[in-house]
Amino acid sequence: MTSAFKALAFAGALAVSTALSPAAFAAKTDITVGAQLEPPNLDPTSGAAGAIDTVTYSNIFEGLTRFGPDGSINPGLAESWTISDDGKVYTFNLRKGVKFHDGSDMTADDVKFSLERIGAEESTNAQKALYADIESVEVVDPHTVKVTLSKPNGSMLFNLAWGDAVVVAPETIANNATNPVGTGAFVFKDWVQGDRVELERNPDYWGEPAKLEKVTFKFISDPNAAFAAVMAGDVDAFMPFPAPENLPQFAADPRFRVIAGSTEGETILSTNNKMPPLDNPKVREAIAHAIDRQAIIDGAMFGYGTPIGTHFAPHHPSYLDLTAQSNYDPEKAKALLAEAGHPDGFKTTLKLPPPSYARRGGEIIASQLRDIGIETEISNLEWAQWLEQVFKGKDYGLTIVSHTEPFDIGIYARPEYYFQYDSPEFQKIIEDLNNTADPEERDRLVKEAQKKIADDYVNGYLFQLANTGVVNAKLQGVWENAPTQAADMTSVYWED
Amino acid sequence: MLPYTIKRLVSLTISLMAASLVIFFVIEVVPGDPASFMLGLNASPETVAALRDSLGLNAPAPVRYWQWITGLVQGEFGISYTYKVPVSELIADRFWVSMPLAIYALVLSTAIAFPVGVIAAAKRNSPTDVSIMGVTQLGVAVPNFWFAMLLVLLFAISLRWFSAGGFPGWEAGFLACMKALTLPAIALALPQASILARVMRSSLLDTLGEDFVRTARAKGLTRRQALWRHALRNALIPVLTIIGLQFSFLLAGAIIIENVFFLPGLGRLVFQSITQRDLIVVKSVIFLLVFAVILVTFIVDVTYAIVDPRLRRART
Repeated sequence: MTSAFKALAFAGALAVSTALSPAAFAAKTDITVGAQLEPPNLDPTSGAAGAIDTVTYSNIFEGLTRFGPDGSINPGLAESWTISDDGKVYTFNLRKGVKFHDGSDMTADDVKFSLERIGAEESTNAQKALYADIESVEVVDPHTVKVTLSKPNGSMLFNLAWGDAVVVAPETIANNATNPVGTGAFVFKDWVQGDRVELERNPDYWGEPAKLEKVTFKFISDPNAAFAAVMAGDVDAFMPFPAPENLPQFAADPRFRVIAGSTEGETILSTNNKMPPLDNPKVREAIAHAIDRQAIIDGAMFGYGTPIGTHFAPHHPSYLDLTAQSNYDPEKAKALLAEAGHPDGFKTTLKLPPPSYARRGGEIIASQLRDIGIETEISNLEWAQWLEQVFKGKDYGLTIVSHTEPFDIGIYARPEYYFQYDSPEFQKIIEDLNNTADPEERDRLVKEAQKKIADDYVNGYLFQLANTGVVNAKLQGVWENAPTQAADMTSVYWED
Repeated sequence: MLPYTIKRLVSLTISLMAASLVIFFVIEVVPGDPASFMLGLNASPETVAALRDSLGLNAPAPVRYWQWITGLVQGEFGISYTYKVPVSELIADRFWVSMPLAIYALVLSTAIAFPVGVIAAAKRNSPTDVSIMGVTQLGVAVPNFWFAMLLVLLFAISLRWFSAGGFPGWEAGFLACMKALTLPAIALALPQASILARVMRSSLLDTLGEDFVRTARAKGLTRRQALWRHALRNALIPVLTIIGLQFSFLLAGAIIIENVFFLPGLGRLVFQSITQRDLIVVKSVIFLLVFAVILVTFIVDVTYAIVDPRLRRART
């Protein structure tokens, strides 16, 4: 009886609110953001899943430094900093009056705890290696922290901007996976696993408060369902949108705006540098010339993507355009293959993870390689299988994957990494780079590194993944580019 | 009645034990390590090893099987590797989406199939019967996910009567939830109703040809009276079997429909946990689904005995 009455009352309330909604529209302060992948947990310091950062980066958690929408490094919880002349000691001046969402003050002790936790032996931080140079963290006073490195590391401010280095409080760390407590402009409210995460505006934020009162992230994995949800108005934005083939339809609809910015995702034809005949640089050079990048971008990504000739993001100021060095030239590819002792080609494996850039791109690459005589045996793998066989087991010839970590050219200096590229010269360049703080010298070294891997044709360099999304035409302040996998909602608002 | 029930209970227990062994060891051999999945492309092998340790993945298989099975008996399912919350909580939340959806779809399909099947049987070979047979043939043939997309196109995108999917949660109220489940339930119910109507019709026709119906007709009952008073009850056994199977299917097999409507149900939980190699969730959910199927079969078996008194005596 009572529940039936409640249901009736609810229906009545629904009817009333529907009738009033035109008036309520003018001051819309909530947003529903669609995302394809649900974060496995909400603690960015203990897991690599980009979906964790999508929800939490800048919204809930903040680090000492933070990425701006253009990829620049801006002050975060550290207002300013000084670096000693030898590049080993960083002194961070923390902002005053910063409070965690549970009301406690954010102090130098929390910073010390957060940084030391990354380096601890039992740490499960996915990017632990980025912070391995941190030797000690010292609390000078409640608002000053001194970080001492074992050797200079020019990337440290950049590394500290990653979601993996956000500042957390020791009292709440145990529950951050399900109930994250940070310092950001939004407070975590609820997570209905499998469906949505809800955030609310933080009224006590130290900086400019967010314009939105409520943010809901809704997880829709099926591309058709994503399309329907956008069309039906169930979500106000969907980023990144999983099916590029639908974007022209959104672009033609005045209700929506299509976003096509850049990401940090270098999409490459990863090559097993230890597996014959791919261990022969001539063979890899032949493959590089057999690939028609534009055909892959058009065919697999419906035109979204920027061709790359090395493992570096084109929007970065130090980027070198080396695409001409591996231009599409099947005749030259055949000649190189003959020169390498394989005039009739050879057979290898092409193992493809689930994303459409890999599955669709793989079919196109297989046919381009067939044109010069290389037969590929395609197998489609799930992510977990891919990690096991390709990434860990190195049991593959070729694979396609987008490396989405920002500024990750350093992986080429790891001989045990799955490409198995072992070049002492390259390792020296990266070592020098890590020991250099001077911007001009760093620029020179970064370019040298890009050149070196292009000269050695380590992998086939395909394109930079585009940040394609669709948003309601009235939404302002949405990041066009994705310097990290974030959906920063702090400056998003509705236009009247 | 009691010995029959006990016999069924024993077979239920044996099935469950066998199922638990199969599930555990199949999942043991699934390739892919949960820890390396969680840590991604930049993690060092030491970090992966540290995580494997903290997840308790390094104990030998029989030990883990014993821990799992004793936990199940006590209602302790462990902690999800990826979500870091108790598996029982995850399952409970999802269950309250999948179960109502399955019941909703089953009620719909039965409510449609019963009258349709009876009418078709009563008016055998009439134009009504022929058109019912044609429509149900189509209903069986149409894949439910495609039908679901059509429903979304019409009711969510064009007419805007419903959301394209999602589930507001029970705290949003009963009506809002039923509204969210309506399109998925229709998509699930249509093929089931078609099958059920066809089974209902042919089972009724079979029974109408039996001796006892002829006797009833000879006593002076009309065809319709004989159908309602005598044939219907006897025609129910195959129909009950199908309903039992359908319920298990609707509970466990709604994965695709749950994806189309992005409902946070058990099917999507299994799907997601398999891709994320959250194996502790996978095995517990699968075990629960097996349990549900076996339980439904048990209930159907017992119901047979109520509908058909011969079973109680013959099989004891």
